[in-house]
Amino acid sequence: MTTASVALESRRPMPGMGVYNMKLGMWVFLLSEVMFFTSLIGAYIILRSAHPDAFAEPGVVLNVPLTAFNTFVLICSSVTMVKAFAAIEHGDQAGLKRWLIATALLGMFFVGVQVVEYIKLAEHGFVPSAALYTAAGAPLYGMTFYTMTGFHGAHVSIGVLCLWFTVIQAFRGRYTRNSHGGVEIMGLYWHFVDLVWIILFTIVYLI
Amino acid sequence: MQAHTPEHAMADPAADPSVPIPEKPVPKYMLVFLGLFVLTLIELGVAFVGLSRATTIIALVGLAIYKAILVALYYMHLRFEPTRLRVAVLAPLPLAFILVLAVLTEF
Repeated sequence: MTTASVALESRRPMPGMGVYNMKLGMWVFLLSEVMFFTSLIGAYIILRSAHPDAFAEPGVVLNVPLTAFNTFVLICSSVTMVKAFAAIEHGDQAGLKRWLIATALLGMFFVGVQVVEYIKLAEHGFVPSAALYTAAGAPLYGMTFYTMTGFHGAHVSIGVLCLWFTVIQAFRGRYTRNSHGGVEIMGLYWHFVDLVWIILFTIVYLI
Repeated sequence: MQAHTPEHAMADPAADPSVPIPEKPVPKYMLVFLGLFVLTLIELGVAFVGLSRATTIIALVGLAIYKAILVALYYMHLRFEPTRLRVAVLAPLPLAFILVLAVLTEF
């Protein structure tokens, strides 16, 4: 059996879930990520409900317009990712490479803006241990904000690295119309990161 | 542990080359993008228009969930996946809700 045929077989739906193994594996991983981010968001909601005075109103500390723009960037990167997937589904190698590179660049831009945001916040004294918003002796606002956005930023950064790996694979001609599972599972991860940010942006920045 | 021989591979219906890889319908990606963009603008409006606290929270959480569902259904192609996978994906969501609710009742 050749490498190409093995790759093709790996995309065939398996009995049981009706999807190929790599994809099922990614979904299982993403479901564990749902529980991970739920614990973070849940802890934030609980702490904020218990100590409302320890958290600032929307727009007082955090830069909402900048983050709204960054949210738009991440949504755009989801579109480019799905365009890359659509391109390879039609055997469009040039389109795959173009859209994957665009996605990776947009992801890097998102992380860059987040770093700038952190620097600006730190300059204004809003650090994880900031004494500005404390309750029960703990800097709840700073800790929860940096924990949630930091973990999300780490996920985006890992996603960007994986995207560049996918770009390299695309330039090596590893993906074809009939064998592009790597692009699909990369897309699943990337869209999940976008989905989590949609929730985080609302919970952390707007409420 | 049983060795994985070519005979076993052939016996596996998933490895049967005569079984075609199912074609998936192509969603309107740009339309979904437009929807996400408009919903984000609405979110910003709701956050700063000066509604009551409860109304703002309900509206913003509703909009965020709707946007997340759009991403999952169309960009992650969940809408076009087998029902079994969709059920498996939905399974942890009630657990996540219970997790938050259970701890929230402590306060």
